Amino acid sequence: MDRIERLEAESIFILRDAYKYFKTKNLGMLWSIGKDSTVLLYLARKAFFGHIPFPLVHIDTHYKIPEMIEFRDKIALEWKLDMIYGENSEALQKKYTFPDQKVDRLTCCKYLKSDALKHTLSGEWQRYRLDHNLKKYIKDAKTDPFNGVIVGIRADEEGSRSKERCFSPRSENNEWNVGDQPPEVWQYFNTDFPKGCHIRIHPLLDWTELDIWEYIKKENIPVISLYFDQGQGKRYRSLGCYPCTTPINSISKNVDEIIEELKTGKLANIAERSGRAQDKEDGGGLENLRRDGYM
Amino acid sequence: MEKEQLNFVVIGHVDHGKSTLIGRLLADTNSLPEGKLESVKAFCEKNSRVFEYAFLLDALKEEQAQGITIDAARCFFKTQKRDYMIIDAPGHTEFIKNMITGAAKADACFILIDAKEGIQKNSKRHGYIVSLLDIKQVVVIINKMDLVNYSKEVFDNIQKEYNEFLTNLGINAIRYIPVCARDGENILSLSKNMEWYKDLNVIEQIDDFKPKGKNIEKKFRFPIQDVYKFTEGDDERRILSGKVVSGTINAGDEVVFFPSNKKSIIKTIEIFPKNDIASIEAGFSCGFTLNDPLYIKSGEIMCKTKEQSFPQVSRRLKVNLFWMGEANLLIEKSYKIKIGTLETIAKVTEIINIVDSSELSNNIEKKTQINKYDVVQCVIETAKPISFDLVQDHHYTGRFVIIDNFEIAGCGIVTGSLSNENLAIDQYVKEREIKWDFGLISREDRAKRFGHKSKFILITGKKGTGKRELAIRLEKKLFESNYNSYYINVANLTDGLDVDLSDSIFDKEEFVRRMGELARLFTGCGIIFITALDDIDDYDLEKIKKLNMPYEILVVNIGENNYEKFSVNLNLQANPNINLATELILEELKKQEIILEYYL
Repeated sequence: MDRIERLEAESIFILRDAYKYFKTKNLGMLWSIGKDSTVLLYLARKAFFGHIPFPLVHIDTHYKIPEMIEFRDKIALEWKLDMIYGENSEALQKKYTFPDQKVDRLTCCKYLKSDALKHTLSGEWQRYRLDHNLKKYIKDAKTDPFNGVIVGIRADEEGSRSKERCFSPRSENNEWNVGDQPPEVWQYFNTDFPKGCHIRIHPLLDWTELDIWEYIKKENIPVISLYFDQGQGKRYRSLGCYPCTTPINSISKNVDEIIEELKTGKLANIAERSGRAQDKEDGGGLENLRRDGYM
Repeated sequence: MEKEQLNFVVIGHVDHGKSTLIGRLLADTNSLPEGKLESVKAFCEKNSRVFEYAFLLDALKEEQAQGITIDAARCFFKTQKRDYMIIDAPGHTEFIKNMITGAAKADACFILIDAKEGIQKNSKRHGYIVSLLDIKQVVVIINKMDLVNYSKEVFDNIQKEYNEFLTNLGINAIRYIPVCARDGENILSLSKNMEWYKDLNVIEQIDDFKPKGKNIEKKFRFPIQDVYKFTEGDDERRILSGKVVSGTINAGDEVVFFPSNKKSIIKTIEIFPKNDIASIEAGFSCGFTLNDPLYIKSGEIMCKTKEQSFPQVSRRLKVNLFWMGEANLLIEKSYKIKIGTLETIAKVTEIINIVDSSELSNNIEKKTQINKYDVVQCVIETAKPISFDLVQDHHYTGRFVIIDNFEIAGCGIVTGSLSNENLAIDQYVKEREIKWDFGLISREDRAKRFGHKSKFILITGKKGTGKRELAIRLEKKLFESNYNSYYINVANLTDGLDVDLSDSIFDKEEFVRRMGELARLFTGCGIIFITALDDIDDYDLEKIKKLNMPYEILVVNIGENNYEKFSVNLNLQANPNINLATELILEELKKQEIILEYYL
């Protein structure tokens, strides 16, 4: 059993515990279309033997790189996913966005991602659900809040994520009490929560960027082509909205070359999210965003 | 990372030099980002502060984005031999919760003791925690040797005292290493100041740790995490899912489940997208289908019949427990526990020994609660028999956590399986009846006046089998024959006596308890008390029977009889002929001399 097999076994165990304790309490999985949450999605198919017994939730900022949405819908139809998306329609309508030059990057993130996520999960804002017969999204009549949300964050991505537990409670206002988290011991997680709380489940905490790519290779998991150099000597290392995401200089054209690039340490001194402009604003941009409900 | 990394934890009081040791390890193995050490040193000089490796660690944590060698909870470094992860326990507040979380994942641990301060209360607590977390490889580092003039005598004394303490806990420390972490003495090379120490230095020790075994050579254990029957896409499979925690198994092997004792044969081993796997070994999360459509519950343990190595099955466990809940653990209070993959209800019924306590008095007799950070040896009793292992046999199914106030508040290991005699409920009923104020009228006096003895008639069976109809007709028949009978529909209790109960597993237990107590009150009046219950199991029945004692119960089951141990007095088919069924029950009452022939 190698490292990747061990990580896979652990993540599957966590996913199954999430389902075991939260199946009756509205469980959902966030899918950002990026490589990590796509690996997570694949792991869920493994955990449940080809089925995914809960909906996938995507927050559409409407500034996502167009290929991402195409990829989302192609996979959703192919794998028969119960696919839901949500959005901040008010901010989009009133153009309270960074690309519209009305607000700064961090505020834009807060409106289009954190707020949209918060209210999509709570069911207060309109959700759209993929109708597999019509092959398009229709307004979802269901408005029950999600009480368990599976998220594909990794501890090595950035400081605040390294403080996470596998099962982590968030209060009614999405607050996270970093300083006083309940212990996780051995194979046991905290699966009981008071009313009003919801819980975030993080099956990928122990994975590194390299692990993710090695697993993508091993299992032949489809990922979006934006991760590969198309001949311009550039590729995306981390995906987000196009106004705030820039590709890195790299000539890796496929999964093998990315693995090689990571192993040789060419990217060792460049943070994985270095192409994500919002992280750089206001000092610890992501930590503040995360306290506010960002993933 | 080509080679599997080894995880170790450094446990020690904050002032004993934990950060210094970790900082030094990172620096000496060239694991720091370029120029970092120099810049922190320059910063210290500029601000007239003495450089400490602890600053370095703090500085790295604050700007973790780049280096990837360190974050809030973990530091990564490598030697020529392999990759390492040091699990750190950040912060002072709730230090213990974070430490436990990290240390539970460790392959090995260092316990750090300050040579000058010697063995403090905390050093002992750390020893207890290591023993409870079942970490096998333990090395003790005596730091700050410079403060005791590198004295061999001081080192020897600490080693002697601490080793005695650890041995009592069943921990055999691999070795003791004297160091001065600040100056790097005995870290990467042996110190000239301590020529009397000729054993491994810290880095050599780290390379000498063995990775945790994969348990493949042990007997097979598969605790059932969940049972799936997904119907989408005409999927017919009923899949037992979980992780193989030890041993290996092949398709076609005969298996037996505990505690249910059910047996079957492995039909397929499933790992999506494959279902034709011939064999699987410890460490993998997988699924199994069986030849027989057995009803197996999550929390049961699957074993191989031919290995003849089976888990314990009991309701009483002897354990070592560490409590870290904000609220004290109360003896006899019901808590949710997790053991293996089972979640169930249990209570601590007896404290055998207080190993470590923050209280001064260690008077076990008077102790009715376990305080925060107490380590105790105690007896845990579950509501129903469960399967588990002793921790020395199989650690995965031999350790448990207790949940209180929505959090894991206690953790422990199982050291013994006790017989089911002296169950708390037997003890309780015995004491209740001794303390009972019976008034001046005896049980016999009532029977004489009423012309019959008292009885609790419980009708069981699935919903819609005609239980209520039988119960009310029986009540009327008895009443018309001049017997004092009284029927209660449990639905009547929902908004009254049981208004506070939900459908949680706790409340189901409580419902059963109240039913038993209620029966005891009515039978104590001398009457024939009748009620009906849906879907209760052997253990619920046994509990109700015991709580109704010294009075007697008569159980009539309607429809399919699913009781494995409890033998019911009468078993009737679903929706029975009411007159006939009533007669059968009367017969039984006569046979037991509850009512007498000539009164009819």
